[in-house]
Amino acid sequence: MTGRLLLAAAVLFLLAFLLTPTSFAWLFQPVTRNNAPAIYTQTPLWSLTLSHLALVAVAVIASTVIALVLAVLVTRPAGREFLPLARTVTSVGQTFPPVAVLALAVPVMGFGAGPTLVALFLYGLLPVFENALAGLTGQPPQVAEAARGMGLTPRQRLTQIDLPLALPVILGGMRLTAVISLGTATIGSTVAAKTLGEVIIAGLLSSNTAFVLQGGMVVGIIAVLLHEGFQALERMAAARTGLNR
Amino acid sequence: MHARLDRPGLLFAAIGLAGLALPLVQFKPNRIVLGEGMTLAAALPLGMPLALLLAAVLVAGCWRSSAAWRLIGAVGALVGLVLALGGSAGHLTPPDNTLARVSPSTGFWLTGLAFALMLADAIGRMRPSLPVRWLLLAVAVGLVAVVLASGILDGVSVMREYAARRDIFLREARAHLFLAFGSLGLALLVGLPLGVALHQARRLRGPVLSVLNILQTIPSLALFGIMIPIFGWIAANVPGAAQAGVAGIGVFPALVALFLYSLLPVVSNTLTGLTGVNPATREAATGLGLTSTQVLTWVLVPLALPVLLAAVRIVLVQNIGLAVIAGLIGGGGFGTFVFQGLNQTAMDLVLLGALPTIALALVAGIALDLLVEATSRRPKGT
Repeated sequence: MTGRLLLAAAVLFLLAFLLTPTSFAWLFQPVTRNNAPAIYTQTPLWSLTLSHLALVAVAVIASTVIALVLAVLVTRPAGREFLPLARTVTSVGQTFPPVAVLALAVPVMGFGAGPTLVALFLYGLLPVFENALAGLTGQPPQVAEAARGMGLTPRQRLTQIDLPLALPVILGGMRLTAVISLGTATIGSTVAAKTLGEVIIAGLLSSNTAFVLQGGMVVGIIAVLLHEGFQALERMAAARTGLNR
Repeated sequence: MHARLDRPGLLFAAIGLAGLALPLVQFKPNRIVLGEGMTLAAALPLGMPLALLLAAVLVAGCWRSSAAWRLIGAVGALVGLVLALGGSAGHLTPPDNTLARVSPSTGFWLTGLAFALMLADAIGRMRPSLPVRWLLLAVAVGLVAVVLASGILDGVSVMREYAARRDIFLREARAHLFLAFGSLGLALLVGLPLGVALHQARRLRGPVLSVLNILQTIPSLALFGIMIPIFGWIAANVPGAAQAGVAGIGVFPALVALFLYSLLPVVSNTLTGLTGVNPATREAATGLGLTSTQVLTWVLVPLALPVLLAAVRIVLVQNIGLAVIAGLIGGGGFGTFVFQGLNQTAMDLVLLGALPTIALALVAGIALDLLVEATSRRPKGT
């Protein structure tokens, strides 16, 4: 209960801060020096937040769709041959540093939101794919047996049994992807993407800690909210499966 | 006929043949302007036969064959591709021209990806034993070292950026390793005792873990930024700190930021490892008359070792990647080249920072995976 109250308070604080950032100037004034501005005003914070969230949302949705399709394909009989390869690629791919992926996308895409989107998309594929694979292959054998006994076609088994049962795990992958993307998107501002990283970088360049703090704070609060939101969805999905985990 | 086709092989062939049709290298009059793309067949005198040979390996991979043959084919093709890159750099750059640059282009990366996938697929199918996998890793690292040391690639743009700043590169490499391993060491030094303490003090678990969780949600860029004024303050106000080298800009803020990120994996895996030990084992150990310290060091920690090593893997791979951001706050490391390159739109310089980082993370990740497997496979009862 206290957890929910804290979350609600965080949402209210975030909204209030984004709508009227200047009324929180007193909060950041102590960490500024030489009368530097306490609040970043070059671009409204709410618009940076929206474009940041849009970037993350597009990347997460795109990587979820592609990763799910791939996971379904490699777990069908026709795609089984790709399964070992897919596992290797996901575990190796996750060791690639997101910053390096972002930097390498710049020569291909140019500066702006493009490379950030590509890096977030590629990096986001892996957690969802890995979890979807675990969810689709990790079912209790009795379930598969029962589904076959009921005379379900492979397609029905996929849509009515396998995917719903794997949903909580898939959502877990989406949660990882979303939280990682949210943090990584801030680095996107080094290649001129419009995200909250702009505030942090402005702070770094003008050694104004207030900017660094407010950029980090907004991203941090959103990350916690996303994390909690996905976990609530996971619990709901898990309750619907009726399996005791 | 159809049954003997190898589906992954078809995929690799599609990627690889597309790569061979695309430009292998970019020829640029100087390091900043956009260049002119050249396919493998056009970039080298012997390019056409080599391209046909690589294509033949790809096509041959479409039929089922033993994994060992595929492994040999993929390794051979990768070596051939790298030699072609080095060769075309030497061939295309006019002698005495220090401005012209030959950089790897889409075709090189795509063809390389196709053969790397073929290699990974072959290794996956062979299911090699643990020692063989160590050997493969060592051979791969050795092969890369030999190619780099041989000077075959010296004409390629990235290597020319390296040659222009060899000393700085070595310094930044040391800084990067220091950041990644130093923060790991600090995290183990603090995180292991903290995890053990939390294992005993059940009530503190929730609060401490949620604090560490929230630390992880702070974007890395901001955490690095926040450290600067904190360390600046320490340097200005704590006697002796500035003499000890503490400053707002530099390696310390980066090290501490990475350390804070590393705490959660170490502490939570220590807890998982310790709570995962079978209670019967622990009772048996107590029954043998071991003190609680002995139970911890002789029984619990060895049994929890795979989970602890898994934490080391997470932290090390994560920190090698995140240490790049230190380049943005003057903390050094390969990030220096990445961000310098981005600022100057000199992509070869970006590569000089990004490629070693990726290689380092890759080797660290694979090596620790092998270590985790080695420790978790130990015979039971010893």
